[in-house]
Amino acid sequence: MQSCGIPIESTDVIRLGHGSGGKLTEQLVEQIFIPRIGNPILNALDDAALLQIGGSKLAFSTDSYVVKPLFFPGGDIGSLSVHGTINDLSMRMAEPLYLSAAFIIEEGFSIAELEKIVDSFAVAAREANVQVVAADTKVVNRGAGDGVYINTTGIGIIKVINPPSANKAKPGDSVIVSGDLGRHGISVLCLREGLDLETELQSDCASLNNLVLSLTPFENSLHCMRDLTRGGLSSALNEIAHASNVGIIINDSQIAINPAVKGACELLGLDPLYVACEGRFVCIVDSTIADRVVEALRINKLGCDAAIIGSVTTEHPGRVVSKTSIGGRRIVDKLSGDQLPRIC
Amino acid sequence: MKYVDEYRDLELAGKLAKEIERLCTQRWTIMEVCGGQTHTILQFGIEDLLPANVNLVHGPGCPVCVTPVSLIDRAIAIASLPKVIFCSFGDMLRVPGSTVDLLEAKARGADVRIVYSPLDAVKLAKQNPQMDVVFFAVGFETTAPANAMSLHQAKKLNLTNYFVLSSQVLVPPVCASVLSSADNQVQAFIGPGHVCTITGLNEYKNLAQTYKVPIVVAGFEPIDILESILLCITQLESGRHEVINQYKRVVEAQGNLTAQKLLQEVFEVCDREWRGLGWIENSGLKLGSNYKDFDADLHFEKTSLVEISESAECISGQILRGTKKPTDCSAFGTRCTPDKPLGATMVSSEGTCANYFKFKRFELDSTTS
Repeated sequence: MQSCGIPIESTDVIRLGHGSGGKLTEQLVEQIFIPRIGNPILNALDDAALLQIGGSKLAFSTDSYVVKPLFFPGGDIGSLSVHGTINDLSMRMAEPLYLSAAFIIEEGFSIAELEKIVDSFAVAAREANVQVVAADTKVVNRGAGDGVYINTTGIGIIKVINPPSANKAKPGDSVIVSGDLGRHGISVLCLREGLDLETELQSDCASLNNLVLSLTPFENSLHCMRDLTRGGLSSALNEIAHASNVGIIINDSQIAINPAVKGACELLGLDPLYVACEGRFVCIVDSTIADRVVEALRINKLGCDAAIIGSVTTEHPGRVVSKTSIGGRRIVDKLSGDQLPRIC
Repeated sequence: MKYVDEYRDLELAGKLAKEIERLCTQRWTIMEVCGGQTHTILQFGIEDLLPANVNLVHGPGCPVCVTPVSLIDRAIAIASLPKVIFCSFGDMLRVPGSTVDLLEAKARGADVRIVYSPLDAVKLAKQNPQMDVVFFAVGFETTAPANAMSLHQAKKLNLTNYFVLSSQVLVPPVCASVLSSADNQVQAFIGPGHVCTITGLNEYKNLAQTYKVPIVVAGFEPIDILESILLCITQLESGRHEVINQYKRVVEAQGNLTAQKLLQEVFEVCDREWRGLGWIENSGLKLGSNYKDFDADLHFEKTSLVEISESAECISGQILRGTKKPTDCSAFGTRCTPDKPLGATMVSSEGTCANYFKFKRFELDSTTS
């Protein structure tokens, strides 16, 4: 007889882990949504859908933002909800053009705070050179929301012929990350949980469209691109390894991590490879242009810490393996649910 | 980062590994006691650096893993009561009871909260006088002082709505139990650095003498582990059995006397059930007579619980005693995974099987994950 209780996946209620971007989210998508509303475009599960309309190729993406706290070092829910959708479009090398914005506001929420949020939403949209062309507001009863939730949907135009996709990684390719990991996740976590780590750490929250478009000259050799949001670098690489049926090897010592992020992760027993970013992406490129891609990224402030961190291999297809700082190796697995701080 | 990077140095790791290989003339079995050390060994792939005749086996030092299912069920039953705020460290929430885990109880409406310190739970009790706040005190001697401090403070504040559900366990009795089992293979211990920060080294000296086994009290970084293996091998090869403190930057021989005094004030030693190992005499702590009013187990009515029988296939008892490895188990990675654990060592992120599954299942097909 099995002693340890029911399998996690047989749960009949939604748990927070279903929103973590890991295996539970994957189950929800595969078992609930795809069978009912799936189609070849949605089923590709890329950051943004690719639409051919008349002579134009468009990227289309939507995302909802429920961050808590609403204001955090380096941004707020307003700027985040612009950056996030812009970044999803950018991962298909689309030039973002238009956004929609839907605000779900809780009764009793301060108008002054709402103004601040919409101001920063506007600044982020202006900086990314997108127009907000459709919008909606709803107010829900006190207690039915966490202040403000925002949904944004974006459309961008794809000018490259062969946009990157998660299933295009090839053995021999190089793996490049655009900067250091985990700033967003750790700065939000510290604020939300009241962990005073005496750091001035800021979220990396930023729109990546200009940084990505600077890579247009390399379009034919850019195979995959993923922004590192929920589930961090590990989830992005596992998705690529799985979709392309290749193995990925990364070198721990080549991955940049800010000391404050590293310190907080050590303290809480979290792995920075799984912590969310909101202004970083990973790309898989032909190894012959990898150095030039890194150089191009480093010109931009948002890509100044870009580095080659690994390569694609025929070994262990579907798996991401890390070479550790002391010369050993380990598997970098998908997360099951949310990362939970360890006891000791 | 200071105190981290220098203990993860490639060159130094290589030197230590070479020295281990040079000294090691025969097969030796060494057990690291702590789940945190197991995590480091697997996370950094330390075994890749070691010669084949150093056999690392992984001990019972994961407090989450060894918490019996019946106690998790009790926790879930208390958490599901109205007017209860149930507080726990994060990694306890995903450990399955006989029907659900605490995360699922939360999804069904129980007020379950992750705290980073039991003192946060005391704060919650103060802020919510109309609610009963219960803290799930899981852990070894390392977490015990903070849990004791929360009780000490609650008493000082005259709180009548703060309770502790204790699952505190002690390291030396379980080490003795491992060494005295008939099929014991452990020849040396990598000792628990953080536990010894509190308790000091005395009890380990008794263990080393009684069982003639070298113990190296170690830190948690890869270099700490490699250096400790070297210190174990050096002793084993020369027939010595001493307690060596490798983790001098943290551990003092007498331990933390203030913490020890507090533990004596708040807790009493008791027998405890260990998941996978059964009952071990004097291996746990319960709330002492002066703190009975804070004991969640006494305060909340007991409901009838499902009888739990452990899986016949699961070999976690042997894994916790170091006689088997996860890869010796026919269910590992197939019928038993972290999402569908069959037993103790697969349930927590620090459990040996969960660590093998996460970091080391190179030989299994990726579709099984």
